Amino acid sequence: MSLKDPIRSPIPFSRGNVRPLLNEIIHALDRLLSDDEPTVIDLASLPFAPGELEELEQTLGSGELTAELDALGKSVIRETGYPGVWWVEHRNTGGEVVGRYIEITRSPEILMSQDADIGAGRARLNDSFESPGPELKEEAGK
Amino acid sequence: MKTIPTLGEILQAQGVSRRGFMKYCAATASLLALPPAMVPRIAQALEQARRPSVIWLSFQECTGCTESLTRSSSPTLEGLIFDSISLDYHHTLQAASGDAAEAARHAAMQENMGKYLVLVDGSIPMANPGYSTIAGISNYDMLMETVEGAAAVVAIGSCAAFGGIPGANPNPTGAVSVSDLVKDKAVVNVPGCPPIPMVITAVLAQFLTFGQLPDLDVHGRPVAFFGQTIHDRCYRRPFYEQGKFAETFDDEGARKGWCLYKLGCKGPITYNACATVKWNAGTSFPIESGHPCLGCSEPGFWDKGGFYNPISTADIGSGAGLAGAAVAGVALGAAAATLSRKRQQKTIKEG
Repeated sequence: MSLKDPIRSPIPFSRGNVRPLLNEIIHALDRLLSDDEPTVIDLASLPFAPGELEELEQTLGSGELTAELDALGKSVIRETGYPGVWWVEHRNTGGEVVGRYIEITRSPEILMSQDADIGAGRARLNDSFESPGPELKEEAGK
Repeated sequence: MKTIPTLGEILQAQGVSRRGFMKYCAATASLLALPPAMVPRIAQALEQARRPSVIWLSFQECTGCTESLTRSSSPTLEGLIFDSISLDYHHTLQAASGDAAEAARHAAMQENMGKYLVLVDGSIPMANPGYSTIAGISNYDMLMETVEGAAAVVAIGSCAAFGGIPGANPNPTGAVSVSDLVKDKAVVNVPGCPPIPMVITAVLAQFLTFGQLPDLDVHGRPVAFFGQTIHDRCYRRPFYEQGKFAETFDDEGARKGWCLYKLGCKGPITYNACATVKWNAGTSFPIESGHPCLGCSEPGFWDKGGFYNPISTADIGSGAGLAGAAVAGVALGAAAATLSRKRQQKTIKEG
């Protein structure tokens, strides 16, 4: 066992955070459908009792789509069993959780390719045409 | 004069993608206890932010505060915030020593006059300057010389913020806090024994992001982290409301995770973020491990009549009302637990 392993208390200390959060999610889904307004809930701001976060995660379940991001550590972006409700978990390069959110949106922003990265990728692709590849280098050497 | 890179340039040079940067900004918003809607603004500000120079002074301390920050794990997102400052002087961490170290401090002060941050851990002995010196310089002289050109001062840990353990009765060294001496600069207190590393980095991140210091309470602590008591955010609070208390460390109440008030928990009068930010990468905090809160982020915590004495029997002023709450349970509990919170809100407004 290490510090990175989740601590599971044998005693359920429910503080009652799960039910109000589910209600908040329902209201956020209403706003998404009626006004196309996304909502992000930062789970770090809530005083979860031991086991409550797991209870929330189990209640929301898993849906059709899970994506893994590898940037400054792993992140998991998973659509829950309720379409439009996403469980987003950011970890650092040491594997520790640095952010945990519920996003109520059609697609979390972090999944989108970002303009800066698109531009940098285009430049790299362009450079690969301008510099001779290994085959051309071999021919030039003959 | 050397060109100071922006944080955006530093991250780009490290090969961090835009997605990685957005993740960094989301973690920073969470760190600063700001709503996720602030992430785009944080991204814009951080991209343009230039790394500030930081001079860290260690006086009468145990190095626990530095350990708290540097042992948090590495490399991390919050580590990136720490990396994005220029730590120009820290005599425990830097390779240079003696005259070379002092020359680095003076160079940082001259190059960044009026802009650098001074971080201090440890209290300052005033009974005799010889009790604590660095390179032959008394703590008092080094502090006053260094803060003169500083933009702001951050007192890290309860010793720097309030005198801490060196200042405990009978205070043999005449230990005082930074704010007892520095009167003409903004002083942010980040108390705790040690302070939560995330809170230390949050103050740096706030300065880095918005170029300003956070809102402070009457004790000079950032309201975002010290605005509520441990008791307010404790997951054992429902047991307090129900009048269910552990009487000893091995009774039925202790095994069932009931409230630790009667075992001396200072949660109701202690303002800190342990219950939500937690320790060891969010693993737990003392109460979750079955131990009462010691109240280490409050002034004079060492002299409050014993860690295992209930607030009702300790010499801390506001215990009577809270003791009544413990006895009477629900009704009195709700009212008395808000007493200290209301007092805090009042002092914030007055401050």
